[in-house]
Amino acid sequence: MTSATLAPEKLATPKTPKSLLGRKNAIVGIGWFILAILLKGRSTLPLNRSSLTSVQESLTNLSDAIDRNRNSNPFFLNVINKIRSSINAFVNLLQDAISQGSATRAVPQIGWLGVVAVIGLAVAVFASARAALLAVVGFVTLGLLGLWQESMDTLALTLAAVVLALLIGIPLGVLAGLYPRFEKLITPILDFAQVMPTFVYLTPVTLFFLIGPASATIVTLIYAIPPALRITTVAIRGVPWSTVEAAVSMGSTRWQALRKVQLPQAKRTIVVGINQTIMAALAMVTIAALIDAPGLGLVVVKALETLDVGRSFKAGLAIVIMAVVLDRSTTAAAERVQKDSMQQQTTAQKFGVASKWIGLLLTLVAIYISNIYLWASQFPGSGILGLKVASIADSSTGWIQLHLVNVTNGITDLFSYGLLNPIQSLLVNAPWYTTAAAIFVIGYLLKGFRLALIVVVCVATILISGLWSDSMVTLASTLVAALITVVLGIVVGTWVGRSLPVDRVLRPILDAGQVMPAFVYLVPFLGLFGATRFTAIMAAVVYASPAAIKLVADGVWGVPESITEAAISAGSNTWQLITKVQLPSARRAIALAINQGLIYVLAMVVVGGLVGAGGLGYLVVAGFSQENLKGKGLAAGVAIVMLGILIDRITQAIADRRDVHAKAVAT
Amino acid sequence: MTDQLETTISVKGLWKVYGPNPERIVGTEDALLSRADLREKTGCTVAVRDVSFDVSDGEVFVVMGLSGSGKSTLVRCMTRLVEPTAGQIKLEGEDILAANTQRLRELRRTRFSMVFQHFGLLPHRRVIDNVAYGLEINGMSKNDRYARAMEVISLVGLEGNEANYPSELSGGMQQRVGLGRALASNPDVMFFDEPFSALDPLIRRDMQQEVIRLHEEVNKTMVFITHDLAEALKLGDRIAIMRDGALVQVGTPEELVARPVDDYVANFVRDFPKSHILTLRWIAREPTSVDDLSGPILAPDMIVRDAARQVLEAGRPVRVMNGEQLLGVVTSDEILSVIAGGPDD
Repeated sequence: MTSATLAPEKLATPKTPKSLLGRKNAIVGIGWFILAILLKGRSTLPLNRSSLTSVQESLTNLSDAIDRNRNSNPFFLNVINKIRSSINAFVNLLQDAISQGSATRAVPQIGWLGVVAVIGLAVAVFASARAALLAVVGFVTLGLLGLWQESMDTLALTLAAVVLALLIGIPLGVLAGLYPRFEKLITPILDFAQVMPTFVYLTPVTLFFLIGPASATIVTLIYAIPPALRITTVAIRGVPWSTVEAAVSMGSTRWQALRKVQLPQAKRTIVVGINQTIMAALAMVTIAALIDAPGLGLVVVKALETLDVGRSFKAGLAIVIMAVVLDRSTTAAAERVQKDSMQQQTTAQKFGVASKWIGLLLTLVAIYISNIYLWASQFPGSGILGLKVASIADSSTGWIQLHLVNVTNGITDLFSYGLLNPIQSLLVNAPWYTTAAAIFVIGYLLKGFRLALIVVVCVATILISGLWSDSMVTLASTLVAALITVVLGIVVGTWVGRSLPVDRVLRPILDAGQVMPAFVYLVPFLGLFGATRFTAIMAAVVYASPAAIKLVADGVWGVPESITEAAISAGSNTWQLITKVQLPSARRAIALAINQGLIYVLAMVVVGGLVGAGGLGYLVVAGFSQENLKGKGLAAGVAIVMLGILIDRITQAIADRRDVHAKAVAT
Repeated sequence: MTDQLETTISVKGLWKVYGPNPERIVGTEDALLSRADLREKTGCTVAVRDVSFDVSDGEVFVVMGLSGSGKSTLVRCMTRLVEPTAGQIKLEGEDILAANTQRLRELRRTRFSMVFQHFGLLPHRRVIDNVAYGLEINGMSKNDRYARAMEVISLVGLEGNEANYPSELSGGMQQRVGLGRALASNPDVMFFDEPFSALDPLIRRDMQQEVIRLHEEVNKTMVFITHDLAEALKLGDRIAIMRDGALVQVGTPEELVARPVDDYVANFVRDFPKSHILTLRWIAREPTSVDDLSGPILAPDMIVRDAARQVLEAGRPVRVMNGEQLLGVVTSDEILSVIAGGPDD
């Protein structure tokens, strides 16, 4: 109780930072701003789009050397190539089954009817009848859109990656849950894999595994294993210690305790992890289209390259349908596991056994028919629905570009000249040493030499990559998008966190928004605003907002009732309640929202390179397609990673400091 | 409790020290420091400090203390859920601390069992599978273990609930499952770690009765941890009071109430109605020459509360006799001073 009375005095002392950044950091920022204007245009390290530095050239040479030695180097012959061929074989097996013909057959083993039946049955048995209905309708819609084969390619790749991710992730997650030392060992690796914008490890992976299903699967694994592993660890840790202790006290062996006590109780959470793994895999499989992974992503990428809004909208819609079906089915399965494990079976469920057998029989028949008859194998019709969707998207885009061009251009200009250009020109035209020094000092002020050292390494690497100027372009877009995201996060998040009805309405939308593969967001903005930086930034904001909003909402929601009651009884009005009690109490959550917002935004701003945003993202995309820019693309990937680490570490440090501060006040 | 009974558990010089290199503390001068000083000096915390006691066959031995006094650690040391730092624990002569993993597992499966504060039931198993868990991991066949589990289920009053899941039962019922699970392997010793402190008072009283009843029926040796003095006095044949990891006093309920060794114990028992615990033996005084020794006769182990009416109505000193031997006399003065809780002599 005394702490409450002490807190205001402590806050008043000069040591305690008042803003999220702190006074000293603000001084550093102002100092940098003045220097940036005074020294404008000096030492900005610009680099022409087609010029190369020696480092970038040697990267190209390195990748060429790897190419040359692929079939002679023993490491490649015995390890890399073996991994590649076995993953390729696994993916091909799935493709032969549901999407592609093989050498001996023109069509896949199981046609659309069989796939729909299998999906329907599996979801009905493991999840619920409602989810099964949704899955069947969703999959038939994929066929009607005229994208059956592409959808099945995406599904096959996703399944392959999910199976491998779970096979690797769950056992490792169990180990990490049982042995904290092992968890400590792998946490930095997982952090790194999740902070890295997915986009950047495409090129390095193809360097080793060539373009094709193997590379697509491996990049997907890098992205999908961390959630599977992390959630399994959390699940094992979450098993009440009292039950484990009781089992041990009765003489269970370690294995018995794991198998009979920990795993059964962790099952429900692990199923949630499977859901997240599937969604992560789907998101990545679509992005892997950039390295020629077959499927819906490839349709979107091709359409984006030719700015074919109609086609990209159609394929984007198919991805959304696929995401919704997979998400709803696995979520329903998770709920089912929860219900089943702690209740007695009802007669209705027992009755269900009979219908399961009938379902199995019907499914087998459907598979057989789809194997034999062409009408059940290849989806009939020519994708009439797809044509319609594409033409509607095209005509509305056309209408907008015809009639609303002033509005959309106005928005774009206002945004560009009012916000983005000033920030970008400030960052790009500031001498590199002032900016580097400012980041260094802020790092040091926040967390001492450890963070300062990380800053030095990251900044040095960006300088060596020869892409300082492009990095500043990307940083400007990222900061602007993150600013909008955070403002949205705080405003909408507070609204959601304060009102249960709003939460009920918005949360499903936010959840759905979070599971969508990143670049379907580019599609509608491309239709509205064309290929501009603004499109990339808006897509980034939409992509990152759900996470930021949810974090803030949970923070506000989590403020103890007793505190808000005390504030209300002291006579606070709503505005005072929000600004003086709820938001300050949710500071940690807001700091995390800034962190997550920036990481998400960076990932998306880079993808924006596809639709004409400049900076590092463009260079990565150019590296995919132009042989002589390969090295530069690799360097750009490295620079993006460094930028990501810088942003992540510094915002984490800010969040941690808020934490320490809050603790200091509490004690 | 008479003295001829065999000793089931013998604990000697038991220590549990948490922190870096805890072994170096025991047996040195540091061991004499207070908890706070030791922590300051070495970074180690003493949870159990040089504890020794014996528990006889069939005895209910209660360890009582406030939270943080080390009682839960003590009981976990006895089953080696926590490894003691130093000392000796013997179960019917066998050195528990010398047992290897295999032997320890065997002991846990057959010789002793434990009932936990938060029940520790497996939420994904039905009542019968929870009760049969210990038998299952010991490799008993399904039919045999279900048969045994059903016996135990009826013993603890859970008949008809065997197919329920724990979450479908009330707290008291859940702890009955915990009791059943501990009884299923027919152990020699049962350990109870504050088993009823998570239950509400009425249920707690029922469960205490249940333990008394079970003890009469199966006559297991029991080591019972609690922070509730009433519970300790009600259940314990003997009670050990713990503070800061060390035993302060070990004795029967009467001994604790009548002769607390220090202020700490005295403070504990102060508010408890002594007339409910003390027997006439403890309040009888030497007869003086003026006493009329023709009054009624009462037995020395009669509880004061039960004897009060007879003594007050006698109108003259009541003789406390152990057979032919006169132990002393009791008058209304003695009775009233106990009931009114007047100043101790």
